Amino acid sequence: MGRVRQHQALEERLLFERSSPGKVGYQLPALDVPQVDPEEALGSAHVRDEIPGFPEVSEVEVIRHFTRLSSWNYAIDSGMYPLGSCTMKYNPRLNEAVARIDGIIDAHPYQPECLAQGMLEIQRTLEAYLAEICGMDAVTLQPAAGAHGELTGLLLIRAYLESQGDARRVVLIPDSAHGTNPATASIAGYEVVEIPSNRLGMIDLATLRDAVDDSVAALMVTNPNTVGIFEQDIAEVAAALHERGAQLYMDGANMNALVGIARPGDFGVDVMHLNLHKTFSTPHGGGGPGAGPVAVKRHLEPHLPLPRIRAAESGLGFDWDRPASIGRVRAFYGNFGVLVRALAYILAHGGDGLRNATVDAVLNANYIRKGLEGHYELPYEAASMHECIFSDSRQAKHGVKTGDIAKRLIDYGFHPYTVSFPLIVRGALMIEPTETESKHELDEFIAAMRSIAEEAERDPGLIRSSPVTTRTSRVDETRAARKPILKWQGAGRE
Amino acid sequence: MEYPAEYRYSREHEWVQVTGSTATVGITHHAQDQLGDVVFVELPSVGARLQAGGPFGAVESVKAVSDIYAPISGDVTEVNESLIDAPEKINEDPHGEGWLVRLTVADSNELPQLLSAEQYAEYVAAEIDG
Repeated sequence: MGRVRQHQALEERLLFERSSPGKVGYQLPALDVPQVDPEEALGSAHVRDEIPGFPEVSEVEVIRHFTRLSSWNYAIDSGMYPLGSCTMKYNPRLNEAVARIDGIIDAHPYQPECLAQGMLEIQRTLEAYLAEICGMDAVTLQPAAGAHGELTGLLLIRAYLESQGDARRVVLIPDSAHGTNPATASIAGYEVVEIPSNRLGMIDLATLRDAVDDSVAALMVTNPNTVGIFEQDIAEVAAALHERGAQLYMDGANMNALVGIARPGDFGVDVMHLNLHKTFSTPHGGGGPGAGPVAVKRHLEPHLPLPRIRAAESGLGFDWDRPASIGRVRAFYGNFGVLVRALAYILAHGGDGLRNATVDAVLNANYIRKGLEGHYELPYEAASMHECIFSDSRQAKHGVKTGDIAKRLIDYGFHPYTVSFPLIVRGALMIEPTETESKHELDEFIAAMRSIAEEAERDPGLIRSSPVTTRTSRVDETRAARKPILKWQGAGRE
Repeated sequence: MEYPAEYRYSREHEWVQVTGSTATVGITHHAQDQLGDVVFVELPSVGARLQAGGPFGAVESVKAVSDIYAPISGDVTEVNESLIDAPEKINEDPHGEGWLVRLTVADSNELPQLLSAEQYAEYVAAEIDG
């Protein structure tokens, strides 16, 4: 019988496989200018007759192909996305409407400053609001995403310490940190020293004090940390660092737990980054790009990347005359379209609205924690902030691990939570609902997770072989990583 | 899993086997079990000088990337090149075919500071319970 299409979403051939010789998706008008020989114009080395294996298809086939593929996607617009540490919140359509306003959508980075006053005002306003939200003195909007912000932040610390004649070589990082933190410190040329967490899942002050000496440039901390717990000694941590001339860097990945409630600048942070694609509702992941603005205290301000926006009598303009700057970190002025969306989000919410979003995000995470704590093991007792972390230890007794539970969750119609992170929790399940979700959605998620916990006892084999309702079940992740095939293998073959 | 009695073990889950003045280093069965399927290994070059307790490479699994720490100091004389194409050896035979590097023993006084097989097995058991 050959291939039968069971469902448009379940069976889709590649465009290569649809190809039929001579078929085209366009029709050109007759040539009305003198014909040029391409070999003569470009040189024969640059001209080829055909691209081997290039698919020949019609326009409607291409449109249907990609439309069907797009329907396989799981997105925040199709359901809850509880990926811990990622803050997958809804991207309000208002942001998109604002980003498409005439003048904004057509703005060009080479526009003269006098014709780009609105664009400059957008950036200056966003810088001021982010500085206010963080309790910091100045902001650069240039870094393109979180890890880029981290690197910018550490380069600022390096520039500052060197300007003090006190270059240092060590960066301290708690063992609960995001993997990007040690990678950043290493790329910035620092030696990384890991600080073990205490039994509460927090930085231990005594351990930290022992580790801080005159070689330490900074501590990189995420607060709330990756266990979803607020570092309650953070002000003492900052003081311990400052006493020895070291700086405090904060990874702002988890700012969704703090906006409108606590300001990092007030608890001693010297430099931090924000992820606009997390906390400030701009598109996340493949649909990005991201943006990772960096906020600093006054002493680091002279080192911020070029150019800085400056107000003069003639209007707003760029200041390039900043000899202590670390230089450019990004072409032009950062991912401007993302910055517009973040500002729209801030303005639409206002101060009270932003605070409410934070309160709801924390409430939602704790609602899930309460709903699941009798069913999954809680590794840390301290109060959760915007995300809650369980371990798979109860289910592992039946041979069901965190990755299996996540796969089964797909059958229940939810995107998986974050699996096996943070590393300090064995078999971690990291769940971050964000403020986006209603009580109804949270209840459905809790019911799904409870049902899976029950299945783990009754029918562990089912969970280990899930998902069972999807187009493809388990893929061989190990083989994909060890022997990746990165392009279609049929091209050029007969 | 039996931990070979003639090896010494670090608290960072590396093993070391000393033959004369040469030491062979790998990661333990427990380490590979916690990491899951290893997909990539980053090893130092021959001639690199390792410092006891310092990181000298990394093991990447489907779950995480983990640094590997030198259990003792010494100069690298050989690296297990076969792991580049077959990192699965670390999972299949962590105490044998999955060895990582060989080095000269710089200071034999470092060895008694490592754990015996029996002590390491107890250490791992306590870590799992904790």
